Amino acid sequence: MAKTIIPVGPYHPLQEEPEFFKLLVEGEKVVDVEIELGYNHRGIEKIAESKSYDQVIFLVERVCGICSTSHPIASVNALEDLGDIKVPERALYIRSIIGELERLHSHLLWLGLAGHFIGYNTVWMWAWRYREPVLDIFEKITGNRQHYAMMKVGGVRRDIESDDIPEIWKMADGLLPVLDMFRGAVMDDPVIHARLKGVGILTKEDVFAYGAVGPTARASGIAIDVRKDDPYAAYPLVDWQVITQEEGDVFAKAVVRILEMYESVKIIKGCLDKLKVVGGEIDAKVKEIPPGEGIGRHEAPRGEVFHYVRSDGSNRPVRYKIRAPSYMNVPTNQKSVVGGTVSDATITLAAVDPCYCCTERVSVVDKKTGKKRLTGQDLIKLSQEKTFRLRSRGLE
Amino acid sequence: MNLKLKALTKSIWVFHFAAASCNNCDIEILDALTPKFDLERFGILLVGSIRHSDVILATGAISHKAAVRLKRLYEQAPKPCLVIAVGCCACSMCIFRDSYNMAGPFDRLVPVHAYIPGCPPKPEAIIMGVVKLVKALKKG
Amino acid sequence: MAEEILARIKDKFSTRILKVFEKSPHRIYIDFDSKDIPKVANFIFREMRGRLSTVTGIDTRRNIELLYHFSFDSSGTIVSLRTLIDRDNPEIESVTPVIKGAEWIEREIHELLGVDFINHPNLKRLLLFEDWPEGKYPLRRE
Repeated sequence: MAKTIIPVGPYHPLQEEPEFFKLLVEGEKVVDVEIELGYNHRGIEKIAESKSYDQVIFLVERVCGICSTSHPIASVNALEDLGDIKVPERALYIRSIIGELERLHSHLLWLGLAGHFIGYNTVWMWAWRYREPVLDIFEKITGNRQHYAMMKVGGVRRDIESDDIPEIWKMADGLLPVLDMFRGAVMDDPVIHARLKGVGILTKEDVFAYGAVGPTARASGIAIDVRKDDPYAAYPLVDWQVITQEEGDVFAKAVVRILEMYESVKIIKGCLDKLKVVGGEIDAKVKEIPPGEGIGRHEAPRGEVFHYVRSDGSNRPVRYKIRAPSYMNVPTNQKSVVGGTVSDATITLAAVDPCYCCTERVSVVDKKTGKKRLTGQDLIKLSQEKTFRLRSRGLE
Repeated sequence: MNLKLKALTKSIWVFHFAAASCNNCDIEILDALTPKFDLERFGILLVGSIRHSDVILATGAISHKAAVRLKRLYEQAPKPCLVIAVGCCACSMCIFRDSYNMAGPFDRLVPVHAYIPGCPPKPEAIIMGVVKLVKALKKG
Repeated sequence: MAEEILARIKDKFSTRILKVFEKSPHRIYIDFDSKDIPKVANFIFREMRGRLSTVTGIDTRRNIELLYHFSFDSSGTIVSLRTLIDRDNPEIESVTPVIKGAEWIEREIHELLGVDFINHPNLKRLLLFEDWPEGKYPLRRE
């Protein structure tokens, strides 16, 4: 198990590959970063204009596989904003449960990848192992491990049976000792402190200038969270709190995500309790979307997802605009990666939790010669080696 | 060609190529590495270089930028190299087939030897697809 | 809180506001002439600390409509500045020199709708691959 290398990056010796991140370096120091998008551009907004609103919700689910329910939640919020549609209470709890289960699996996934990038492969294996029960619950209550197709305008597509509630509760509760373990492993490990503290700092001003969102913003002390700021679903109906840290470094971003998972468990339990007593419909049975415009948001694991929809009264959107959180967070690397070292680059890039495939397509170019020096896989190795050096030096 | 294919006996070295995917299939492929599914007991090893691979696990609907990269990578792959399209997008582009930015699906650009549909296909399905393909090839 | 936000903008730009639409307490749409957008955006960003969530561009066939969505997180209010620009010569002053977070979305609207953002520091393609033909804008209704 320890010998397996995750190939998070194809080895491509050719010069003209379309990299996502191109780091310009002078010696060991990163002096600039060029970011290139377009690799994953699938023209979803244009496709949406030829689909019915129901189909659009299925379409936007596939914007991102990890944040898969985030886009449908923002989508139904936008359409319900447009049509002033009221959602039955029971559906609100189900929406939040799905949203928070997703946050759990997404943060655990991130934790695993981050662990891998700095050479803690046991963290990776454990994080992904404990992700599986979350996915099993998803499969049980929605029919799929990812892409749950749970959201519809005015409600949800499937109810959570009362027989399933104890099992979901047990799984969520069972995560608490696991979270304690990760908390101890990450927050108390002096090597991780040395490795992640002070690395990839993003200041409050930079967060504001770039419009960063999610844990990336909250780790720098900016307490923005759509669930509290512009409440929707069951978030105002159960007890939980927004997690922030102050330092803005990679360590702070990791701590925010770990502590947020405790809050997710709290929210899930709170909603499950309510589901035991709140009956009724799960669907407002919306027949049509009136002309107008609507904006819907959701606090996805990575931050604010923003959807804007314009309708002319027909069953297809005139315009459908999607803005994913990483769109605001990834550019912040111009501040956090630049000035750092090459061995810290991978974990800094990963710290804003971008699309996993994007972190892999990195190249390092020597600023003076213009020659390509390292690939994404080399960078991961460098990062892992740095941790090894810190560990073997023996910190007291 | 058939003799070489039969030589793929012991360990199958698999290269994962994601071309404009939503990452779900990619995560399920990586999930197959975790203890619960454990790809390695089938002798399947994920490798980091196309030059060492026997099989390409391909995901995504392929944007134009990804198509450029795919062509280059496929040229570098030592033949015979089998391509398995993982997920609906890789098999047929699915809901992205009308998009202005798509160049796929995979069988329009490279030969594809197996299709594993699903959105995403479960890790069990992915492992089964790879094992089935190799077994079929061993038979000749 | 939302009323205060609207009151402050009205107060500062009373002569420039073309129309106000309060869809709901937390969704406000204010129409401006395109040449006033940079000033208003600057004011909302610098003085009122509104966060630019994103910009939506729409080809309405008659013109190109731009919506600058600002989020006031402490009250959960979104103020969207709406402006219309000429479809045959769509240009507007960039807000990126003031709001770094606008850089990418202006590039995206430039390549998908053909809008020229004057004084944008880096107005090159963001999403479309380099062989995509010039002058062809995917989000336009031709």
